[in-house]
Amino acid sequence: MGAALIELSGIERVFQLGDSEVHALRRLDVSISAGEYVAVMGPSGSGKSTLLNLLGLLDRPNAGVYRLEGRDVTTLSAEEQARVRSERIGFVFQSFHLVPRLTAAENIALPMILAGIAPAQRSARVARALADYGLENRADHRPDQLSGGQRQRVAIARATIMQPALILADEPTGNLDRATGEEVMRLLEELNARGVTLIVVTHDGGLGARARRQLLMEDGALHHDHWRPADTTPDRCALPT
Amino acid sequence: MRTPDLIRFARDAATGNPLRTFLLVLAMAIGVAAVVVLTALGDGARRYVLNEFSSIGSNLVIVLPGRSQTGGFSPGNAITSTPRDLTVDDAQALLRASAVHRVAPLAVGTSEISVGGKLREVMVAGTTAEFIDVRRLALAQGRFLPPGDWRRGASEAVIGAKIRDEMFGREPALGQLVRVGDRRFRIVGVLASTGQGLGMNTDELVIVPVALAQAMFNSNTLFRILVEASSREAIEPAKAQVTEIIRLRHEGELDVTIITQDAVLATFDRLLGTMTLAVAGIAAISLAVAGILVMNVMLVSVAQRTAEIGLLKALGATGATIRNAFLTEAAMLSIAGAVLGFALGHAGAAIIRQLYPAYPAFPPDWAVLAGLGTALLTGIVFGVLPARQAARLDPVQSLAKR
Repeated sequence: MGAALIELSGIERVFQLGDSEVHALRRLDVSISAGEYVAVMGPSGSGKSTLLNLLGLLDRPNAGVYRLEGRDVTTLSAEEQARVRSERIGFVFQSFHLVPRLTAAENIALPMILAGIAPAQRSARVARALADYGLENRADHRPDQLSGGQRQRVAIARATIMQPALILADEPTGNLDRATGEEVMRLLEELNARGVTLIVVTHDGGLGARARRQLLMEDGALHHDHWRPADTTPDRCALPT
Repeated sequence: MRTPDLIRFARDAATGNPLRTFLLVLAMAIGVAAVVVLTALGDGARRYVLNEFSSIGSNLVIVLPGRSQTGGFSPGNAITSTPRDLTVDDAQALLRASAVHRVAPLAVGTSEISVGGKLREVMVAGTTAEFIDVRRLALAQGRFLPPGDWRRGASEAVIGAKIRDEMFGREPALGQLVRVGDRRFRIVGVLASTGQGLGMNTDELVIVPVALAQAMFNSNTLFRILVEASSREAIEPAKAQVTEIIRLRHEGELDVTIITQDAVLATFDRLLGTMTLAVAGIAAISLAVAGILVMNVMLVSVAQRTAEIGLLKALGATGATIRNAFLTEAAMLSIAGAVLGFALGHAGAAIIRQLYPAYPAFPPDWAVLAGLGTALLTGIVFGVLPARQAARLDPVQSLAKR
């Protein structure tokens, strides 16, 4: 087992809905090692999206400590959290979230633009990413000129362009047909094979079963933490067990 | 985020919605153009008046008979105020003053001029040889009244360009004898045409020696004494000396009004300058309206781009980056509007100058700078609120929206 990339201890997240308090997460303790492939599953309202937002530093817990790479990130300022998001975390969304007025290449370059990386370095990395994801002749197309699978490939290229340690995917195949969904999952799993920690939120059991570890959420609590035996996936024998 | 990237990002965001951008730039442009054109009109009026005044002559001190009342009308004044005549002797006495360079008495009346059966009513000005220099007039033909004793004068007349045209047509006027009132004069000169201007229209004037004019109108008094000070600095001393001499000659009573051209000019300058300012202020209101429009449009833009803002935050943008992006966009739209308005305003002023060549409708530099500055400032100030709102958006909720 590798070093713990993510350590959640006693995480609570409470939303105020009118007069009533909704506990989206209750005293959650989870530890995820670097390089793991984790599927977060559960019915809607079980708190899996809230968990993903917390892991992505888009939301703050009401209580508890979140350590990312050994560093307590819950107490960081908004600016420092933005920096962590920029350098360590990549997001893949169900609805792709591409900027409609920017071309595929510009969308991929966006995290580097926000991080203030020099244009020369940017264009080299974007060119490599376009080649890696088979988007070379789609570079100057806007999102509305791309197919769903191409859009999600652009989104994945964007999520990985800063070479993050952690990829958070929220229903990455939710808006795709079976074939393209399969292709997108294969891309994400290839990233994981290269050592990037991959966390996928899904309520598709088939999709969840592909992951080596499944976290089952129910009512904001971790209901089941299941490790699949290593021997069923001989090609993934290099992965930690 | 690097500055060039920030600018390109804001530009792309602005051009991503061309109609919104066009309307906003147009509103800002109209505001700036209004400032430029209206101040061009106001300042043009000021320059026009100043030009006309300077064309009367320079360094002038003008003596008028009678005391101008500043305290309003009082019945006592109506009975007792009987000003002494302002005479040719008074005018001649002014030559003794050290600050005075030239003096021209002026007696004015209306009479009829007739030649070869043509008859016309004219304004007759009785004056002396100095008049042409004091008033800065030019001759088209012949010569002006000869210098000599002010209390006499040969029966010679100088006529305005329009009188010449109407009375003589194509015939030569010089040397002709004309009848003015009940006297005969020989025409020795014709004034160059000056066109319409402030004060007396010299194109329709017949100028004769002052002594003959006074005899013609059977009056001793002068209409004005035009005094030219020896320099611009000498205007005030000249005024004081003239005042003193007239007071001594009129038994210690100052029954004349002495005005300087500078004072009149300064008054007009102040008056029209204030008017220009007021007009610029009115135009600035349209800039404030444009600023509020900028705010509205940017607020709508923030609302429309909520998901994008959430995404940018997820991709590592700080609140400051997002605020700067929106501020840059507002500033760029304002600058574009200001530059367009500047061009439109100058084009408008140029059209006015084309239509009315006599009217110097140039926008003053201060107004142009103030207009551009105000446009930029309103754009940015009214852009702050939407930008802050964008920066404060919660990424989770923003991303969920679509």
